[in-house]
Amino acid sequence: VSIICSSPQNYPLYIRSVPTENELKFHYTVHTSLDVVDEKISAMGKALVDQRELYLGLLYPTEDYKVYGYVTNSKVKFVMVVDSSNTALRDNEIRSMFRKLHNSYTDIMCNPFYNPGDRIHSRAFDNMVNSMMMQVC
Amino acid sequence: ITEVCGAKRVGYFGPAQFYIALKLIAAAQSGFPVRIESIKNELPLPRFMALKNDSEVRYGTPAELHGVKFQVPHATLEKNSYKRTDEGEKQEPKSPPMSPICSPPASPSTYQRIPLSYGYGKSRSGLEQQHGAPYEIRHSTHQQDGPSSGNYGAKPALACSTLNRSLSAEREQPDSSAHYSDDPWRITEEQRDYYINQFRSLQPDLNSFISGSVAKNFFTKSKLPIPELSHIWELSDVDCDGALTLPEFCAAFHLVVARKNGYQLPETLPETLLPEYLQAASLKPMRDCSLFDSYSESLPGGQPSRDFSRTEVRRAEEVPDNSALLQDGKKEDKQALKVSTALKTIPKEFQHLTVKTAAQESNALKPRPRSRSYSSTSIEDAMKKGEEPPTPPPRPQKSHSRASSLDLNKIFQQNTQAVRSGWLPPPPPALPPRPSVSQTEQVSEVELHPQMNRPPSQAEENSSAKKEVVLAQPPSKPARRKLRTETQGLETPELSPTINVTSSLPAVKPHLPVQKQSSKQKRAIQTAIRKNKEANAVLARLNSE
Repeated sequence: VSIICSSPQNYPLYIRSVPTENELKFHYTVHTSLDVVDEKISAMGKALVDQRELYLGLLYPTEDYKVYGYVTNSKVKFVMVVDSSNTALRDNEIRSMFRKLHNSYTDIMCNPFYNPGDRIHSRAFDNMVNSMMMQVC
Repeated sequence: ITEVCGAKRVGYFGPAQFYIALKLIAAAQSGFPVRIESIKNELPLPRFMALKNDSEVRYGTPAELHGVKFQVPHATLEKNSYKRTDEGEKQEPKSPPMSPICSPPASPSTYQRIPLSYGYGKSRSGLEQQHGAPYEIRHSTHQQDGPSSGNYGAKPALACSTLNRSLSAEREQPDSSAHYSDDPWRITEEQRDYYINQFRSLQPDLNSFISGSVAKNFFTKSKLPIPELSHIWELSDVDCDGALTLPEFCAAFHLVVARKNGYQLPETLPETLLPEYLQAASLKPMRDCSLFDSYSESLPGGQPSRDFSRTEVRRAEEVPDNSALLQDGKKEDKQALKVSTALKTIPKEFQHLTVKTAAQESNALKPRPRSRSYSSTSIEDAMKKGEEPPTPPPRPQKSHSRASSLDLNKIFQQNTQAVRSGWLPPPPPALPPRPSVSQTEQVSEVELHPQMNRPPSQAEENSSAKKEVVLAQPPSKPARRKLRTETQGLETPELSPTINVTSSLPAVKPHLPVQKQSSKQKRAIQTAIRKNKEANAVLARLNSE
């Protein structure tokens, strides 16, 4: 499973993959999925921001894995790639994982020493992501 | 070793001498020369096969232990208010909890583990009292805290003065001599005062926050690298709201000072730096002492206090940053400490919660486990319950559809109630859109109202009569009702005065509608408040992002 947090300008702020082999493939997948995310955001361009759901759901399934997306109000995108064989993961669990990610991201933003757009080095964030990935794998 | 550690000079082994002696033993066993400087090295634990007898002898008879036990809690409670050297000197002949003369070197964790495990674990294993138990378990913890560190943690005036000097030099000198005697994560009284003064210089109100940017500028002056400052912030901003309260600020400042003095930053916030702990610690020690004495006397009844403190500890333990470091054993460790602080933290928590209501609401998403402790739950929950549910929205009639007769019934019943209580202004709301129509309506209603004072059987008659009026003037009915609903809204204060003025009904007693208006205004204000609260929550969330 792999989790990526990317900025509004679509460069990555945080990347973490478990297991670490095939990491490049995950990166590539996430990069392409950013297109899908952007498409979904712009699709509701005319509607008010409030009405847009933060959780974007399954972006697209490939043969091996599923990609889920989530975008915050400040256009920071979270993309999660999970194994398709892991059928135990339900939509609600993915939602809760994204919610936790969002909360941790908010905590990072509260830190005045963090400049938006920096790579994320926070240990609390790392711990949270690690524990989440342990749950999934 | 005896000579070097100073025991020969003072004539006995106080805790300071004992520690230094142990450290020197370790040094000697590791091959270092037996000198004071060698205790500054990172040393493995000394091997103590032979020393067992010594420590038992040193902690002497049960009588002495007993006396020590009572002294221990007494000193324990003076956690951060170490009236150091004065009381330290006095207590020294009596018991361990006193101020060491020399300050220990820069490996506090290992250093303290030694005396704890050997000094207390062996000699007190026989004691059944609640004070014996913590010390036994203590050696399993690797974070020094609580009663024994309270015993040994009294900072000598020497170290404090050096510390003050280093602090007053704006934290720019890593003064290696200013080592806290045993617990680097415990804030002394002088330090606390210094931090409070610094807080005041940034933010005059001690109960308020320091914003993130102000704190950032302040801590950047300490010339620590930004990632470390970022980590310090993460550790000390427990509620993650982007601002520092006084205890959070003290914790952050303390971490900065520790870092500048060469200590590595911990992965999670030490317990002594938790905001709850710091707030409790800021209370007067005298009260704590008297409280604890009463507890220590009721030893058989110590169980409830033990549970009390355990839950209190659990609450503190579950603050997210501390999950890794707090062990089960700490519950018992804490009880000597927390028994007194628990009672105090409740009222403090109360204040704490009142100050930080906004923070709590914004953290509603996080699973903050604070409420799990039953001892403090009631107050916290009460506070939370008081804050989070909004005032019940006064929406009496929004669900009414336009031409439903049942609704008419309800309206009329409300009208009857209003008539009984005072003059409900159904006529006045009808005025603005169609003054002429509503006036006739009002006249008809005036006629109807006297009838409505009777039981519901009349209501039906009225409703049928009303229906006719409805049929006769359909557009005005919805307008009237809508306006009545709007009276619950914001326009009431504006409409009602004008309506009252323009009302030409002879039956209308002008002053009675005013009374009704005030209650309606209240309801209007309440809905407005509720709407504003909701808007605030959304904005706060956007803001935090």
